[in-house]
Amino acid sequence: MAIFRASFICLLIVAMASVAQASTLENVKKDGFLKAGTHIENPGFSALDSNGKRVGFDVDFIRAVAAAVNVPEIKYTPLTSKERLPALQSGEIDLLSRTTTHTMSRDVKLGLDFTVTTLYDGQGMMVRKELGVTDAKDLDGATVCLQTGSTTELNISDYFRKHGMSFTPVVFDKQPDVRKAYDTGRCDVHTTDVSGLAAQRSLMEKPEEHIILSEVISKEPLGPVVRHGDNQWSDIVRWTIWLTMAAEEKGVNQANVEEMYAKSKDPEVQRMLGKTGSLWTDLGLDKGAPVRIIKTVGNYGEIFDRNLGPKTPLRMERGLNKQWNEGGLVYAPPFR
Amino acid sequence: MSERLAPQDKVPFWRSPQGRAWMFQLCMVGGFLWLAVSMYRNTLVNLKTRGISSGFGFLANEAGFRIGEVTGIPLPQGGLLWFLLSLVAGLAISQLIARQLKSDSGTPMNSKWLSVSLFFSIGLPMLTLYVFRDSIEIAHYTESSSYFMALLTGLGNTLKVTVIGCVASTILGLLIALGRLSPNWLLSNICRWYVELNRNLPVLLQLFFWYFIVLQQLPNVRKSIDLGGWLILNKRGLFLPSLVPQQGAWLFCATIVVALVAIWVLRRRAIRILDETGMPVKILFPALGFLIGLPALAWLVGGQPFTLDFPVLKGFNFKGGTGLTPEFTALVVGLTVYVSAFNAEIIRSGIEAVSKGQREAARALAMNERQVMRIVILPQAMRIIVPPMTSEYLAIAKNSSLAVAIGYPEFVSVGGTILNQSGQAVEIVGIWMGVYLCISLLISFGMNIYNSKVALVER
Amino acid sequence: MSEYTPSQNIPDRQPPATSVGIIGWVCKNLLCPWYNAVLTIVSCWAIWSAVAPFWEWAVTNASISLDPEVAKQHTGAAWGFIRDMWPVFMTGVYPAEERWRPLIALCIVVVLVSLSLVASYRRSRWLKILWFVSPIVVFALVYGGGITGLPVVGTHYWGGLMLTIMLSIVAMLAAFPISVLLALGRTSDMPIAKPFCVAYIELIRGVPLITLLFMASVVLPLFLPAGMELDKVLRALVGITMFFSAYLAENIRGGLQGISKGQYEAADALGMSYWKKTIVVILPQALRIVIPPMVNNFIGILKDTSLVGIVGLVDLLQIAFATTSNPKWFGRLEEAYVFIAFWYWILCYALSSYSQYLERKMPSASK
Repeated sequence: MAIFRASFICLLIVAMASVAQASTLENVKKDGFLKAGTHIENPGFSALDSNGKRVGFDVDFIRAVAAAVNVPEIKYTPLTSKERLPALQSGEIDLLSRTTTHTMSRDVKLGLDFTVTTLYDGQGMMVRKELGVTDAKDLDGATVCLQTGSTTELNISDYFRKHGMSFTPVVFDKQPDVRKAYDTGRCDVHTTDVSGLAAQRSLMEKPEEHIILSEVISKEPLGPVVRHGDNQWSDIVRWTIWLTMAAEEKGVNQANVEEMYAKSKDPEVQRMLGKTGSLWTDLGLDKGAPVRIIKTVGNYGEIFDRNLGPKTPLRMERGLNKQWNEGGLVYAPPFR
Repeated sequence: MSERLAPQDKVPFWRSPQGRAWMFQLCMVGGFLWLAVSMYRNTLVNLKTRGISSGFGFLANEAGFRIGEVTGIPLPQGGLLWFLLSLVAGLAISQLIARQLKSDSGTPMNSKWLSVSLFFSIGLPMLTLYVFRDSIEIAHYTESSSYFMALLTGLGNTLKVTVIGCVASTILGLLIALGRLSPNWLLSNICRWYVELNRNLPVLLQLFFWYFIVLQQLPNVRKSIDLGGWLILNKRGLFLPSLVPQQGAWLFCATIVVALVAIWVLRRRAIRILDETGMPVKILFPALGFLIGLPALAWLVGGQPFTLDFPVLKGFNFKGGTGLTPEFTALVVGLTVYVSAFNAEIIRSGIEAVSKGQREAARALAMNERQVMRIVILPQAMRIIVPPMTSEYLAIAKNSSLAVAIGYPEFVSVGGTILNQSGQAVEIVGIWMGVYLCISLLISFGMNIYNSKVALVER
Repeated sequence: MSEYTPSQNIPDRQPPATSVGIIGWVCKNLLCPWYNAVLTIVSCWAIWSAVAPFWEWAVTNASISLDPEVAKQHTGAAWGFIRDMWPVFMTGVYPAEERWRPLIALCIVVVLVSLSLVASYRRSRWLKILWFVSPIVVFALVYGGGITGLPVVGTHYWGGLMLTIMLSIVAMLAAFPISVLLALGRTSDMPIAKPFCVAYIELIRGVPLITLLFMASVVLPLFLPAGMELDKVLRALVGITMFFSAYLAENIRGGLQGISKGQYEAADALGMSYWKKTIVVILPQALRIVIPPMVNNFIGILKDTSLVGIVGLVDLLQIAFATTSNPKWFGRLEEAYVFIAFWYWILCYALSSYSQYLERKMPSASK
């Protein structure tokens, strides 16, 4: 026993001695990879394509940050919704991009820092058409399938409580289980974020038999999260995302970014892409970072269209996620 | 050889085995303490840098989420306390009586003392329950209850599954074991492959199979299998009418208990007469008379004890009545089937371990097959069966935590929701481990008592 | 009274036709007496009602086309899904172009095992050395990097059957020394070490594996000094190892108690020190007795690694969900389960048959 303990303690001492406090950016650069948490499987947001590569809306922002700090590899940690926050708190990952809702309690109590909202979403409900339900207020007594470990559970409870209705929840750990249970008729209602519902509906046996009710029962601003306390790191994540948004506004995209870098006369585009000024070096990155980001993932519009847009199985409209000058909420602060 | 050292008066302490053992242990304790202290300090530092508050204060906060299956929890106040007190006191008194009598005369108690101790162990608690029935409060979890209440509800669900799973898996295991021992080749092979199939597949896979594949084959709500409203079966579960207690319910239940006690006394008397005189006494009719007559009398005196509440299709679901949800069913069936395979093997090897001579001797005494099994084989097999069965019961309690994967709101599942909402990981994991440890210890304790009853009494 | 003489010996009569040959067997085992026949009929019905729908689904109505559209026209199983996806079931998200590496690792292990089965090689020293070197080689091959010159494939890419088997083997290897120490501690009479070992064993045996896994994945990082972290697979491994060392320790304790007292006393009489006595005399005998329960323990580990999916690793069972969310083969959960069950069952059944074989081989020791 003692021998085992002693060797374990020695190991611990060695480990402690070799570890020194460093900023997240330095650690990531030293490791040569970015540790990021994401979905295990959520079509459109983070899923494996047929080559076993991770693709999706959430994944693209991770790739953008990796491009910003110029590390070749990303170490994805697939997380359930229950694990995602502890994983970030414990330092297992440095960036969480897993449709995480920005709420006050998470922000102030759990030692987290929410960066930029990448998707304005809201919790909705999906029912079978044959039930003839058009209004969420007709759902008194319904059975509701939902995923545990998310704000979904509280929102739906609050909604039914507010309207004096009752319901029976059936709670699962993983989204595919929820879908399967709803699709086979265990529940009347499937509830999650509207974007998620669209994704789930696209995967049902007969998607046309289900409708998403117009009632949205919550605000769900989703976006990447970092640990509280390292402002440089959270700034890097923020400005990387804002860059993709601003790029769309300015007409910079994956294909033309090098051309724009060389030829654009717009001083803001020049500053944004790092041709003039020292914005990106002040952030702690190199001058090539912005071009690299756009070359890797494209602008916000391209990311959206590639993963969630009308041409994907999810068939989502931009809605609130249009640029601010087109009536949406996507609004990057100025690059100057 | 000749140069052998003269025996020393004393081996130095550090070279004696005891001395080494002590140093060894001191090192161990030192290392352990160091590890514990450094872990504690690391945790404090980590929690602080991550801005997580610690402590169990969060348990009093409002939960805000809903739980699909709510078990009523009697509040620890008023009548419940009196009931528990009288139960403990009654059991203690009857144990004392039994021990006293045994040490006095060395024989088991006679029927007079038996009825006295019966009164103390059963009658007294029942009486207390009756007297204090109005001051027992049963709380039901709602969204506005605390996290603590949510955990209790989850614990209640866990216990429900555990108890039912233990009983069902024992019965099923016994049947499978008997099937394997049967001379019928086909049956014994079916049972053999049942065992081989079930014990070689992970229980989680089996739970998924029952929940997502078997139970989903049931019809939809609107196409339910309906037996005149008495039994309704669909994807949402099994619905049955429930009993609603009326005024006379207490009296009715009490008379049933009295009747059962009376039958038990009758049976003992019949056995005693058989032992003493060899005359068999028929007790079937008097027994039936007690069992039917007394409650019937109570019905006449106190009025109808229960009314039936039938489940009715209202809106989306069947309302009223009672029933089983698919999650609960899948969990219980999955665990039962999995553990019954192990139980069957334990029971079979226990029965096979009883020597052949015992069976032949019993047959030579003109006992029939059933008597051989019941009187000769099973009591001896029990000694071998009980200790390994204990660990299977523990396995049911522990594996019920897998319900988290199929949507049954038991202890770990509810705890997981709270963990996510409050972020109190250390506390929740601590509560989980502590509670399961208590459940395990309770089961072990109970089974140890039972084991000491069936174990061979060596004289 | 006739006198007995050998010449008057009546020739043996044939036994009645109903008690010999096929008819006799059928009668004895299936039909007589009447309730046996009833049992046979009920059993036949049970087999039919279980097997017929399965057969219909798995064979009659099944399709093996790689095209999901063709598969949709069949009501039965779409085995094309398995044909298409089986490398993913085996290795998870391990990069496709590197899949040859786990394959070679598997070949190494298979060759070693089959060499060990040949009696003449079993005692050779070379084989023992190879066994000791093989884990390092396998790890280097699968993980890459270092002197191998292969690209590193981090543990977050490991999955499927490969992860399941690796987790169980490594957990078993790691749990073994710990459990020997725990068992020795529990059977010793050291006043501090003994209760410590008892407390550890009983605590671990009293809680579900899933809480230990949650602890390892959520709480363990909090215990470590800031900046130090463990790999996710490694953490799951810590949980599984902790869990099984307690169970293994109880089995080994059984073996230790099965050694007759004379062996201890004889070793003491020879003046052996505690460690020498334990290592040279006691453990070799005790461990031999407990090999069958240890194999059963390993089966337990193999089955219980399926729980690591709950803490977010993608083992064989979780691959079912990962592959069936793929739009191409969406919702083919039944096929995935059958395929996974097949693998678990083959592995566990083979192992348990092996443990029963060992138990039969040493009847005196197991009783």
